[in-house]
Parts: sequence; structure tokens; C-alpha cells
Amino acid sequence: MSSTIIITVVSLSLLSLFSAVILYFIAQKFKVFEDPRIDEVQAVLPAANCGGCGFAGCRNFAEALVKAETFEGLNCPVGGAEVMGQAAKILGKEALAVEPTVAVLLCNGTPEFRPHTTKYDGVPDCRIAHSLYLGETDCSFGCMGYGDCERACTFDALHMDPVTGLPVIIDDKCTSCGACVKACPRHLIELRKRARKERKLYVACSNCDKGGPARRACKVACIACSKCFKVCEFDAITIENNLAYIDATKCTFCRKCVIECPTNSILEINFPPRKPKAEAPAENATVNP
Amino acid sequence: MKTFPTGGVHPPENKLTSNCPIQVLPIPQSVAIPVSQHIGSPANIIVNKGDSVKTGQVIAESKGFVSACIHSSVSGKVNKIDTVIDSTGYRQTAVFIDVEGDEWVDTIDRTDEIVTEIKLSSEEIIKRCLQSGIVGMGGATFPSHVKLTVPAGKKCEVLIINGVECEPYLTSDHRLMLERGEEVLIGASILMKALNVNKAMIGIENNKRDAIGHMTKLATAFKGITVHPLKVKYPQGAEKQLIKALINREVPSGRLPLDINTVVHNVGTAFAVYEAVQKNKPLFERVVTITGKTVSKPGNYFVRTGTPVSKLIEAAGGMPEDTGKIVSGGPMMGKALSSADVPVVKGTSGIILFPRSESERTESKPCIRCAKCVSACALNLEPYLLMTLSEKGLFERAEKERITDCMECGSCSFTCPAGRPLLDYIRLGKSTVIRMAREKVVKK
Repeated sequence: MSSTIIITVVSLSLLSLFSAVILYFIAQKFKVFEDPRIDEVQAVLPAANCGGCGFAGCRNFAEALVKAETFEGLNCPVGGAEVMGQAAKILGKEALAVEPTVAVLLCNGTPEFRPHTTKYDGVPDCRIAHSLYLGETDCSFGCMGYGDCERACTFDALHMDPVTGLPVIIDDKCTSCGACVKACPRHLIELRKRARKERKLYVACSNCDKGGPARRACKVACIACSKCFKVCEFDAITIENNLAYIDATKCTFCRKCVIECPTNSILEINFPPRKPKAEAPAENATVNP
Repeated sequence: MKTFPTGGVHPPENKLTSNCPIQVLPIPQSVAIPVSQHIGSPANIIVNKGDSVKTGQVIAESKGFVSACIHSSVSGKVNKIDTVIDSTGYRQTAVFIDVEGDEWVDTIDRTDEIVTEIKLSSEEIIKRCLQSGIVGMGGATFPSHVKLTVPAGKKCEVLIINGVECEPYLTSDHRLMLERGEEVLIGASILMKALNVNKAMIGIENNKRDAIGHMTKLATAFKGITVHPLKVKYPQGAEKQLIKALINREVPSGRLPLDINTVVHNVGTAFAVYEAVQKNKPLFERVVTITGKTVSKPGNYFVRTGTPVSKLIEAAGGMPEDTGKIVSGGPMMGKALSSADVPVVKGTSGIILFPRSESERTESKPCIRCAKCVSACALNLEPYLLMTLSEKGLFERAEKERITDCMECGSCSFTCPAGRPLLDYIRLGKSTVIRMAREKVVKK
């Protein structure tokens, strides 16, 4: 009886020892060298795995950082300058200054300005509604309001407003990862330069129709009258496809265009109230703070 | 009796207008003719504001091979060239014409006489189809001259004429076969000559017995044309299903019927080809069924293209009060219109008014994996899987699961006991996959 136990124990021990030796040599043979700095860099990254950097996740981004000669074109929008500085320190490279950005919605078509013409009872998914028809309103460029961007946001920074039917972006939480930009089938979300005190000045419209149909569909549509273009002293405004666009890098926040705009499609957000001498035609422009 | 073997559903037929003879809808005061009424590139407008046009005059020329000419459906003055919301749901460029009288282009033969003798050669027939703007009248509106041009190395053995009309409610093809059966058969002979085949089969579903009888009797006078009754099953009117049912051949995934030596044309197309070739009349008029359970005077009408749908509804006794949706096309594959001002185009086979109670969607509940959609799919796809893949954005996997084979017949959504929006997501996935494939080609 006892001999059976002894034989079993001994043979199994020999077998495991033999396997261990084989495994050891195989492990040595197929060893993959991994730069230890990848782990270090990954540790300082935010671990959000949002894909905002353009890579599949933080690990891939860390690998790319270690491999790269310079940091050009590589940026973690979530961590910003701080994280990139730390990563640069670990790798002994120079961190490039990347301006922080924030998502803004290029549409202000609330039901008040953009009346509903039809009722959609299909799947509440912007991509599907967009593929079917121009939407519940007459504007074929504006927000459809079924919340694809809200579902795409992993930072809880974007919520649909039940009253206006438009998404509201919380500036403090927005990491400008760009998930909402990709989710929107109508390309209504833009990442714009963050300014002091979260000030924003932009054309909140994406309607490329001519003035007449655009205005009929929505009261605050850009009709490309080019008044803002003429008044701008800094060449910040361009007009293309019947739509004005303010270049955030050139804009100095003089706010002259806001007063000029006949349809109030230029929004000014987080600005102090105007001095009384400029009579206030832009008072209803801050609908979507 | 023949039918296709896999999948299919039996929606209630509701062919309310099968006994209503085709009437002529009065010409409206103004029409809006979209320049994109077909698959392919939109036609090039060749008229200007203020020009006088005659009925049947070309107002937009085809651009590229896969495109079709657009003709004026009325005579009068071009009021403006602007955009109009059409049945795609988006604004498209259209020519607006104010009607003055009804003066036709001189070359059109307006007599009622039936011309049997085919004088044109094969090439001339194809050219005439191109000039007359003939497109597939079954609803897909694929330019017919493309389908008639057999590329080198391929051969067509048999022509199939589609008189199935498997969509519920619609009766435009049915009435056309009953009232213009001879013209349809001459049209089929013209198509046979163009394709250089000596055999044609007409498939008609067994719920149109009068049409089967009538066509069989008429077909005895035509060499090579036979009529085949088919068991009723949706989607038998789909090209691939009809081929399978009639000649028991399968079109491989991603290929065309011509790859298995056959071509399918609709009876409506055959009629349009007859008018274009024998009467020199371009395609600017078609049969449209206006129907619905609550409609007081449903019927079939010859409608000029560009006529607003509202005129058709007026002729049918006005819009019933509780109308929830206006659907263009059949109830299975048709599309709800966003307004009644949408113009009738070459592909509009019917307008259905649904009462609110019937048009509302049921609530979407979780999938219980009953696989009813799998057995309903006529193309051996797995709709529940394709839906989930598109919903989650896994388009590459969806491509491997042959999402692009889907013909969007809607059998899966129809059969789903949980009321899941299967087709909505599959359509989204399909269009995304096609777009991705196109982008890949551009990159290379």
C-alpha cells in the first residue's frame, strides 16, 4: 500500500521537475523584451481608455510615446499638459505645449427657434434618424436630439437637456477626448480652444442651406449674410458653404460680430455683461450656457 | 406551385384596390420634378428658369453610365429650380414647372393603337431606353439600359418578368397586367430582343388569379413567353427570390443575376419600355396605387411624375382624420413621408395612408433568442446578430456576417415577437459597411 503512494509521489515529482526544466528553457527562448518605461508611462496616464489620443487605449498610447522620437502629434487630451509633462520626464523628452480644447455644440435649434414639423417614432438613435430623413424639424443639418453624444461620453460631461432637446456640455468635466465628435452623425460638435474663464464665442449653427430655407427652418440659423465677416478686424471669420466660422485661434473676443449678427446665431458664453452704451441686441444669445 | 425555399413571411394582403380600374389623375397646376429619381448620379438640368417646356421634353440629361434622363411630365413654364423634400426624406434639386395646357412633344404617338411589330434593333432599343429615362419600376429605380447592356463574356439565357407584386396593399402591377396585358407582353418581347434571348418567364403570385388567366391567354400569341403562377409568399418579388423560385438558380453573394445568365425586369418596366420603343413616349407617367383602410375612395391612377402626393390623396377622397403615417411604396419596404407635398417620382408604386392605431410602433423588448427572424430571412442571414453588431458598432464583424447581402425586405422586423427594430439597425450597419468599403478603395 505504502509503496504505491511512494511510487506515485516520486514519479509525479520527477515529471513536474522535468516539465519545469523544459518550461524554463522555452521561456528563455521565447522571451519578449518589453521596455520597462512603457509600464512607468502607463502608470501616469489617466487610464481612461477613451481613445481621445487616437490609440486604442492608454497602453497603446504609452507604447507609442516610448517609441516616438518627439512628442509631436501625440497628446493625451484627458491628462493635458500635466500628464504629458510627467511622461516627458520619464522618457527624457521634451513635452510640447498643446492648447487645451473643449467640446462645443454648433447648433442652437431649440424648439422655440426651430419648430417641429413631423414626429419621429422610430429608434431613438441619431444615426438611424439621420439616415432616414432630415429630422423632426425642417433643418437637415441641426441636432436631432436622440443623444448619441450622451451615450458616447464616458466622462459624464454631456447631458441631453429635456427642454431644449440639445446636449449640454459641462466644461469642467469635458476632457475633449472627441468621442462625441465621432458619435454625432451630423458633425455638430467641435473641439475649440479653451479660453480664460471658459469664455466661448462661436457660430452655433451648421446649416449649409442658403439664407431663405435656413431662416425658414430655424430662427437662429446662420444665413451667411457676411455681416460678421465684414465687421471682424482680425480676419478670424471665414464664410464657406453658406456658413460663417470663427477661428478660435484668431478671435480676440471683441464681440463686435455678436452685435452685428441679424439672426443671433453667434453665441457668447461666460462673458461679463456688456457696458450699457452698446444696446443689448444679444441678450437672448446666451440660451445654451 | 413554385416558390423560393428559405424564409419568407405572410403579411395580411389587404389588396383593397385590385378591382379598381386605372384612372387618369388630372394634371395638377404645378409640378416639382426631382432630378434624382433613380439609383446613380443625378441628371444634369438643361432648362433654365422661364423656359417653356412641352410634355415629354428632356429637362435633365443623364450624367454617366448609371444615370437616367428626366423628362417634363407637363407642358408649361419653368418657374424655378429649387430644392424639394422628396421620398428620400431629404431636400433634392427639382425643376418646378407651372402647368399651361397639355402640349406634347410632336414625336410621341398618342393614338391608342397597339403596335406589335418591333422595328428597332437591339442597340437601338437600349439607346431608346436611355433616352426615354426608363428605370426599374418595381421601386429600386435602377436605370434599365444598364441592365439591358450585357457585358462581353456574359450571356443572358432567360428573361424574367416580375409580376409578383408581393407587397401588401399595392395593386399597380396587377391592374397594369389586367388592363394593358398586351402592351406588357410586347414590352417583354422588346426586352427579349434587346437581350438577345428567346425565352421569357412571367412570374405572378397566385393571389392574382385573374391576371394569371388573362396573361396566360394573351401569352399564347407571343413566342417564347410563358406565365408561371407562384405560391404567395413575401418577399417573392425580390430579384434573387424570384429567380430561385422560377428557375431554381441562386445568385451568389455580391453578384448580379447576369452572372447566372438571367435578367429580371418588372411588368411596369416592360410597359414603360413598350411605350418608349413603340410609341416613342418617355417615362413621365406611372401607375400609382392610393390606398388605406380608412381611405374613402382608394384606387389606381396614372400619375404624372412631379405631382404632389396631396393631389393623389385628394382624388382618393381626402386625408382621413386619424391618419398617422403616409407611406410611399409598400407597407413592408416603403418609407413614411415627412409631408404630403412630396412629389410622385418614377419609383412611387403606391401611397398608403395608415390610421394612427396601425402606424405606431410597438415598444421594443429584449431579444429572447427565439430565432424567428432567422427563419424568416430569405437570404439565410441572422438578423438578431446583425442588429446587435450594428448597434455596438462592430461593423467589420457585421461585414463578415454578410450584412451587405441584406435586401432590407423587413421580414425580420415583421416577424419579431419582441418588436425589436431589427431592420433599422441592419440598414444602418449595411450603409456603414458599404461606406467603409468605399473609403478603403479610395485610400488605396
